[in-house]
Parts: sequence; structure tokens; C-alpha cells
Amino acid sequence: MEITTHDFFTALHGMGFGALFMLAFSGALVELYRLSSPGAPSQMSARGQQLLGFYLAAMVILAWLTVLSGTYQIYPWYRAVPPTGVGDLAEYPRRLLLSSGKTSQWHNLGMEWKEHAGWLAPIAITMVAYVTMKYGRAIIQHRNMRVAVLGFAVAAFAATGIAGAFGAFLNKYAPVKGGQVIILMGEGK
Amino acid sequence: MSMSQAVDKIPNGPGAAAILAAGIGCAMVGILAFAAEASKPLANTLNFYNPTGPLSGKTTVAIIVWLAAWFVLSRLWQNRSVAMAPVNVAAFILLGVGFLLTFPPFWAIFLGAR
Repeated sequence: MEITTHDFFTALHGMGFGALFMLAFSGALVELYRLSSPGAPSQMSARGQQLLGFYLAAMVILAWLTVLSGTYQIYPWYRAVPPTGVGDLAEYPRRLLLSSGKTSQWHNLGMEWKEHAGWLAPIAITMVAYVTMKYGRAIIQHRNMRVAVLGFAVAAFAATGIAGAFGAFLNKYAPVKGGQVIILMGEGK
Repeated sequence: MSMSQAVDKIPNGPGAAAILAAGIGCAMVGILAFAAEASKPLANTLNFYNPTGPLSGKTTVAIIVWLAAWFVLSRLWQNRSVAMAPVNVAAFILLGVGFLLTFPPFWAIFLGAR
């Protein structure tokens, strides 16, 4: 059982940071709605607000780790240019996708959208976390502010969904390969 | 004094500054994505880190603009209450610009099929 360094870092980017960030939205959106809804059955305690602050801060860290690892660790492997004369493009995902009309739109639409839209998420969620932590339950007094917080949280979720979904498909049609082999377990039968 | 009593007195200025700045940052990502696609010289200028290419410059500049806008607006609105409705409208329009200008089929309307 073995894995390459490129596989490992791609999984860390997509599953370790990106998917965890996306999963966290379900809890965040419910809590943000509960915090800011004027008709909420009970006020969130100071401890509850503090926990929500930690939760959102963790999401902010995950969001930035996702885009930074994607842009500066994985993307250079994706867009690597093959040396002249190389026929097998398996280790050059961008060139592999563009080499066929059946797959080129995965790059032209999928990757081009993913690499830019993904960056909207950390900007939006950083604002959501800051405003939520600064105002806490007092945000119910500012109707437009809570609309903006919820709206940008949903936008961050959408941007993450775009990046995550295309990331999964791109990794299926042109996975990032190569790097050093890490042996996780010895040979089986 | 409870936490909620303390924060009740915070003016909406700091929140408004963060919201509008986030809109500006999102719009900048889209504007630079579109502009770099339209202009090869600009794309080359934004190539801050060669392995990543122009994406490095597009995102770095967008982040700098976002943080600068946040800093300036925060200083301006630090202790003020501002009209939130226009701030919200502007922030959501800018967010929409960000999404629209990162969508490659929209580029094709102006730059032709790729």
C-alpha cells in the first residue's frame, strides 16, 4: 500500500481542508441563523457565542489553508509543462485535458472557474466570522447586517461547492500524479 | 455587565466596513480574472510566482485591495453608524460581480469562444 507525495497533498487539500470546510457549513449556517433570527426561541449564551466564534475561526483557517495549498502546492503540478517530446501526458493534467476535445472543457470551464471562484470563499467567511464575533447576539438589532452575514455565508458555501465539485471531477479525469512514493504498508498477498 | 449588553453599544460602522470590504475583495478577484484573460501583458505582469502563474498575482492583488479597503473603511467608520441598506446593496452587487467575472462562459461573451 503506497501513496505518492502529489497524491497525498492533493488529498490533504481536497479532503483534509476543503471537504472539512464544506462540511462545517451545515453547522455554521444553522447557528448563524439561530443567532441572528429575531424570532429565536432562546438567546444564545455568552459561552455559546464564544463556541460559535471558535467554530467560525476554525472555518476561516480551513478556508485559507484550502486556497493557499491549492494555489501554491497543487496548482503548479496541475499546470506543469511537459518537456519536449514527452508523449505520455498522465503527469501533466492540464495538457492532458486540453489534448482532447472531449475533455478540454474540464479545464476551460472547470479549472478556470474553480481556481478563481474558490478564492471568494475565504474572503466571505472571514468577514462572516469577524462580524459575528464582534456583534454576537446584538446583530439582531442590525437587520441589514445579519442579511449580509447570512448572504455572504451562503455565497462562501456556493463558491466552495463550485471549487469542490470541479476539483473532484478534475481529479477523476486528470488526477495530479507523480512525486516520491511513500510506502504505507508492506506488500499483501 | 453581560457580553450582550457590552456589544449592544457597538455602532454598525465596523461591521459595515467589513461587509463592504468583503464585497470589494470578491469583485477584485473577478475583475482581475477577467482582465488577465483579456490582456496578455496584464497576465504576464500578474505572474508573481512562476509555478502558479498569473493566478498568484490576481489573488495577491485582490487580497491586498480587500485588506486595504477594510482598513480604510474601518478607520472612517470606526465609531459611526452608517446607512446599512446602501452598503448591503453595494456589497451584494460587488459579490455578484465577483461570481460573474470568474465564470468563464461570461468571458466568452466579450472575448469570444476559447
